[in-house]
Amino acid sequence: MAQEKFRICPTTGLRVDLSAQTLIKWNAVAGIVFLAIGGLFGLSVALTRWPAVHLLPMDWFYLALTAHGLDVLLLWIIFFEIAVLYFAGAVLLGSRLAAPRIAWTAFVMMLIGGITTNIAVLQGGSTVMFTSYVPMKAAPHFYLGLILFAVGALIAVFVFFGTLVVAKEERTYKGSLPLVTFGAVTAAIIAVFTLACGAIILIPTFLWSVGVVNAIDPLMYKLIWWGMGHSSQQINVSAHVAIWYAIAAIVLGAKPISEKVSRTAFLLYIFFLQLASAHHLMVEPGLSSEWKIFNTSYAMYLAVLGSMIHGMTVPGSIEAAQRAKGFDRGLFQWLRKAPWGNPAFAGMFLSLVMFGFLGGISGVVMGTEQINMIMHNTLYVPGHFHGTVVAGTTLAFMAVTYLLIPLIMQREIRFPRLARWQPYIFAIGVAGISLFMMGAGTLGVPRRHWDITFADALTKYEFPSSAFLLLGLNGIAAICAALGGALYVFIAVSSVFFGKRIADVPATSAPRVAPPVPLSPVGTYGSAGTLRIPGTVVLVGVFFVAFVLYYFVNWKYLAEIWPLR
Amino acid sequence: MAIFPPAERIWWHQPIHRVELIWIIVAFLWGLVMFFMMIYWHAAGQQNLSNESYRTTPEAYSAKTEAMIAKYKVREDNGIPVVKPPAGSDVYLLGRVWMWYPQLEFEKGQSYRLHLSSLDLQHGFSLQPVNLNLQVHPGYEMVLTITPTSAGQFGIVCNEFCGLGHHTMTGRIYVVDRHTGT
Repeated sequence: MAQEKFRICPTTGLRVDLSAQTLIKWNAVAGIVFLAIGGLFGLSVALTRWPAVHLLPMDWFYLALTAHGLDVLLLWIIFFEIAVLYFAGAVLLGSRLAAPRIAWTAFVMMLIGGITTNIAVLQGGSTVMFTSYVPMKAAPHFYLGLILFAVGALIAVFVFFGTLVVAKEERTYKGSLPLVTFGAVTAAIIAVFTLACGAIILIPTFLWSVGVVNAIDPLMYKLIWWGMGHSSQQINVSAHVAIWYAIAAIVLGAKPISEKVSRTAFLLYIFFLQLASAHHLMVEPGLSSEWKIFNTSYAMYLAVLGSMIHGMTVPGSIEAAQRAKGFDRGLFQWLRKAPWGNPAFAGMFLSLVMFGFLGGISGVVMGTEQINMIMHNTLYVPGHFHGTVVAGTTLAFMAVTYLLIPLIMQREIRFPRLARWQPYIFAIGVAGISLFMMGAGTLGVPRRHWDITFADALTKYEFPSSAFLLLGLNGIAAICAALGGALYVFIAVSSVFFGKRIADVPATSAPRVAPPVPLSPVGTYGSAGTLRIPGTVVLVGVFFVAFVLYYFVNWKYLAEIWPLR
Repeated sequence: MAIFPPAERIWWHQPIHRVELIWIIVAFLWGLVMFFMMIYWHAAGQQNLSNESYRTTPEAYSAKTEAMIAKYKVREDNGIPVVKPPAGSDVYLLGRVWMWYPQLEFEKGQSYRLHLSSLDLQHGFSLQPVNLNLQVHPGYEMVLTITPTSAGQFGIVCNEFCGLGHHTMTGRIYVVDRHTGT
């Protein structure tokens, strides 16, 4: 067995396994490369949907849209999440990574799988959208690449679980797992369910694409595919919430106001995820309303409760930490005097606010059985999920990168002044994308559609001019977001490879378990009765009022369409 | 802090702060409101899906559609039949690459049993500007009773990707007001 090599992080005092460090770096870099590719595809899609620009011809548009979904929703996010898992498992527990060689095998499988599916799409024979709904058929290597990627990711997840076992046996930490690691465990458990669903549906579909299986039922395909597809969003949520806590801890010394509440909120994600695919099937034939209502709500609302809890506890912990440090004046001095010039903090807080307001509210409303009828497959749908997975998850991942690069990859951030602006540029762009697409969807604009002027159609339909305006605004917002994304890729990659090295501190032989200075956590927040987070209460109150109003406004919109039963 | 093990080893006995507890209760109750709202709407609301659906085949569904066209066709529009079925009857609309077929003419205020199915791939039935959106599967026939409450010319757009002609897939529904003749 190779001798484990460790170093001590000068900032946190954590013992960092060098093989984990290398794997974190390469998984993150792979993710960022796919983000760049997928982001370019996304920009080209937005510039095509902007009718005045209409950048891509028809076949390239649908190809680009397929590639965009694949590269950002699957490859960028999951590569980065594997990096986060290794960080939360090995680094935060001061443990060696279990089986680094297997972790490298997983990495190679994921890389080959991702490249294979990209090649399939670029060859033009697999323009089926990332969802590849049956009976539309892609080339066999489209499915094979996805299966290989999923198996690789699953292996990486098990390396993470193995690391938890190793850490426990080798006693590299005392007591319970840190909250961030707990969140990562949540993400990993959900990942097992997700990837199992993916295998269950993609393997038969692959066999169908080569002629071994006769037919795949389209409704069953959709149900199981979304068992993978939406559950993977729950992985994203668990991961980005864990990252919010991590950033708050590292940047501000914030302590969770209640370990019990935060951990229970993560557990809610695991328990109530089952059949989350239901909210993608609200207007399908062949499924009963009882099934739809139960799954979209009992399953979803208790998981939603988890998110709503984090929506208070994360800013609450920041407010409490800031007040304990002396920023105690008025309702919001704690927030005004927060380190907005630190891109990790800025990205984290923007991600929190936008995920809640833009992504979260729109998602729950759209997942309401009957309201779904006025939103399904309109541009509202991508408007919603750019609010969750881009404004939420991607921005949080960008934010934590600014900490991972100095702490894990031991490089200084290059172009720090650009880095200060990057989260804001990206956030403004993505907020625009989300809002403008939702607006266009409310006017009925379809998703996945090359031309809403219907120039080549036999019968025409005329969308209102406001729809065209919104698509134009979306295009501009996409340019802004692409700029923010390009800045991130540029800063991250140049820092990782060319940033000034940060000095090493050699490890002692005994593992350290106690957190040392200089990163000292803010002390306890007092007993149950004395926690003061009035600013957070106001923010949460505004969120709640917005949620309730927006929810009922949409019932009113629904009531205005033709009666049907 | 969140990146270190909890300071108190026995953290599950920590009491929950009042403000957290209040928010958890409020959020939980709100979840219940949203859950019961859907059930309530099935009882008191006017827009619900009937859950009536059948397995079918492209051949069988196509035959039913053609039979309806033969009985109730009133004219053609660009080569596509326009069908005016009687109120309360079974109306068949099929989606195929790349058109919604046939075109339909309804009377305002009357109800029709609309059937939807696809002959090939999944399609998205999107009635505009009403903005009613339903998923149409091959091999499945969805039935809903629909009552147009506004007159005019309505478009059907396909909003599920169905190949390179997806953006050319459209249809039309006319709704005539018997009293004004429009």
